[in-house]
Amino acid sequence: MSKRTVDLELATPGLDAQGRPARIPLTVAGGEVERQHEPTLDGEHMLMNIGPQHPATHGVLRLVVELDGETVVRVIPHLGYLHSGFEKLGEYRHYNQIIPLTDRTDYLSPMANNVGFALAAEALMGIEITPRCKVLRLIACEMSRIISHMVWLGTTSIDLGAFTPFLWAFQERERIYNLQEMWTGARLTTSVTRVGGMMADIPDQFVDGLRRFTETYPKTLHEIDRVLTRNAVWVGRTQGVGVMTADEAINYALSGPMLRASGVPYDVRKDRPYLDYETYDFDVPVGEHGDVYDRYLVRLEECHQSNRILMQALDRLPDGPVNVSDPRVILPAKSRAMNDMEAMIYHFKQVMEGVKAPVGEAYAGIENPKGELGNYLVSDGTAKPVRWRIRPPSFINLAALPKMAEGHLLSDLIAINASVDIVMGEVDR
Amino acid sequence: MNSSVEALRATFGSAIGRAIESCGDTIVYIDPAKLPEVMRWLRDTPEQHYDYLVDVTAVEYRDRERPLEVVYNLRSLARRTDLRIKVELDPQGDLTLDSVVPLWRGADWLEREVYDMFGITFRGHPDLRRILMWDTYAEGYPLRKDFPLRGRFSRAEQVRQALAANPEAHYSMEELSIAQAYDELPPDMQERLRRGERAKIPYSE
Repeated sequence: MSKRTVDLELATPGLDAQGRPARIPLTVAGGEVERQHEPTLDGEHMLMNIGPQHPATHGVLRLVVELDGETVVRVIPHLGYLHSGFEKLGEYRHYNQIIPLTDRTDYLSPMANNVGFALAAEALMGIEITPRCKVLRLIACEMSRIISHMVWLGTTSIDLGAFTPFLWAFQERERIYNLQEMWTGARLTTSVTRVGGMMADIPDQFVDGLRRFTETYPKTLHEIDRVLTRNAVWVGRTQGVGVMTADEAINYALSGPMLRASGVPYDVRKDRPYLDYETYDFDVPVGEHGDVYDRYLVRLEECHQSNRILMQALDRLPDGPVNVSDPRVILPAKSRAMNDMEAMIYHFKQVMEGVKAPVGEAYAGIENPKGELGNYLVSDGTAKPVRWRIRPPSFINLAALPKMAEGHLLSDLIAINASVDIVMGEVDR
Repeated sequence: MNSSVEALRATFGSAIGRAIESCGDTIVYIDPAKLPEVMRWLRDTPEQHYDYLVDVTAVEYRDRERPLEVVYNLRSLARRTDLRIKVELDPQGDLTLDSVVPLWRGADWLEREVYDMFGITFRGHPDLRRILMWDTYAEGYPLRKDFPLRGRFSRAEQVRQALAANPEAHYSMEELSIAQAYDELPPDMQERLRRGERAKIPYSE
C-alpha cells in the first residue's frame, strides 16, 4: 500500500498586497488553486465500522462499510449479537410455553407475535377460536402496528435530524402501552394469547380507553404529517434514496411496508385473510417509487388505517366466551379444578403433559408491522414441536440493505437502514 | 390440492415424489438433483408464476430414521397461491444442495441461516458463511437434534473461550484488504490475522 502524504498549511491565511485576507476559492473546479491544495485520493477506499453499539443501527447490528470518499461502495452486515436460539428453545417447550418467547422476538409489537404463533398452533391442532377472541386478537394486532410504526417514525426522524416527531410519536405509543398494561399486566412481555383463546379478557375500562385513543390519535398523525411530509430537509434526505423497484422487491422477498412502497399491492390481511380481516373496511396504501420517502408515506397511512380498523373492531366486539370450550387445550377455571375431580385431571394433564398436536405441519403468516411474520410448526404428535420456524420479516428485509445502500452517501445509509424498520430481537432471534 | 402438483408430475415425471396436504398447504417432495430445474420452471412458467420465495428452512425430526428436509415456501403473488417444496437429504450422507440464489436473491441470507444452523451446504451460493453464529464457532450446527440445548462445551469452557477470544480481531483479512489498511495495523494484530483467527470471507457480487 502506498502511504499518502497530505501537506496541509496549518498557518492562518496571510494578507495579500492590498491588505485583504488571502482566501482559497472553494469552487474552482480543476483550476490551478484546486490542483495545488487538493490532495489526490483516487482509488483509495476507506473501511468503516458502524456498530454494534451505535444508535443509528437500531440495535446491535454491525455494518462494515467500504467507502470511496463519502460514497458507499459495499456494505457487509454482521448479525447474531442478539442471537438467543428461540427456535431451538421452542423444541423443548409446550406450545403455550413458547408464547413468552414470541414476545421477545419482535419486541416492538409483542402482541402481534403472540397472535401469529397462536394462529399457527391452532391451525396445526384444528381449533376454531371464538368470535370474541377473533376481535380481541385483531385489536391486539392493530394496536401493535400502531406502536411499532410510532417507534419507527420516532427513531427514523431522530436519525434524520428531526426531534419533535419523536416526542409526539412516543407519547402516543405510551398511551397504547398503558392499555396493554391494563390488559395483560405487562408493557412489553405481554404473552396475551393462549392456544385456543386469550390469557385474559379485556378489563372494564379498556374499551373506553381505546376508544378515546382512536378519537385523538389521528390529530397526532396529522401533526406529524404537517411537520415531515413537505419538510424540505425530510424530503431531500428521503426522496430517491434506497430505491427498490417492484421486481427487485419481489426477488428479494421483501414484505410489509417495504414491499408495498415499491408498488406491489400485497397485504396478507387482504390476500390471505386471517381473523376475519376481509370483513373490515380498510385500504392498503401502496407506494410508487420504492424509496425511503414512500416507505414513510405507506407507514403513516397504515397508522390511519389501523385506527379505522380499531374503531370498527370496538363497534362490533361481541359478547361471549373468549376461550374455546375444549378441556384438552384450555385450562379449567381454578374453582372447578379445585373442586371437580375431572377438571383437576384435565388441569394436571395440561400442565404436566402439555397440549398434544396431531402429526403434521402448519404455516401461518400474518401481516406484522414489519412485514409477513410466518410461524411454521412441525409436529410429530407430541406436546412439543419438532421444529418451530419463525419467518422473520425484518431479517429478510434487511438482506436487501447492501443492495439499496451501495452507491449512496454514508448519511443515506443511515436513512436506508432506518427505513427497513429492523428490530434486532427478530433479526437474530 | 394445488393444481401445480399435476403440472409438475406431467413435466418432470419421476423427479416429483409424493405430494401431501397438511393444514390447507400442499407439500411436494422433489428429487434434490432436479431442484434448480424444478424451481426455475415453477418461477418462469406463466401458468405457475411462483415469483416470491417466502422462506427457506430445514427440518430435522426426532426420529433418527427420517431424513433431513429442506423446505422452500413458494408463493405466486399474482395468483395468490402458495406451494411448499421439500427436498430430503440423508443426514449421514452428503448434505449438499444447489443454491436458489440465482433465482431469488432473497434466498441469500435464508440459505446462509440453514447452513449455519443445520450444516447444509448450498452449491453456487455467492457468500456461504455463518450468519447468526460467529465465523469461528466450533461447536457445530445448533438446530440439529444431536446438538444439546446448552451447547457442546461446558459453561466453564465457553467462558474460557470467550475470555481467550481476541476482541480486536473483528475484521476479516478480506475486509481489511478492501481498504488496504492491513499494513497500518499494529504488528501483533497482523500476526493474529495471519494465523487466521478469523475465518476468511469469500465475497463476490
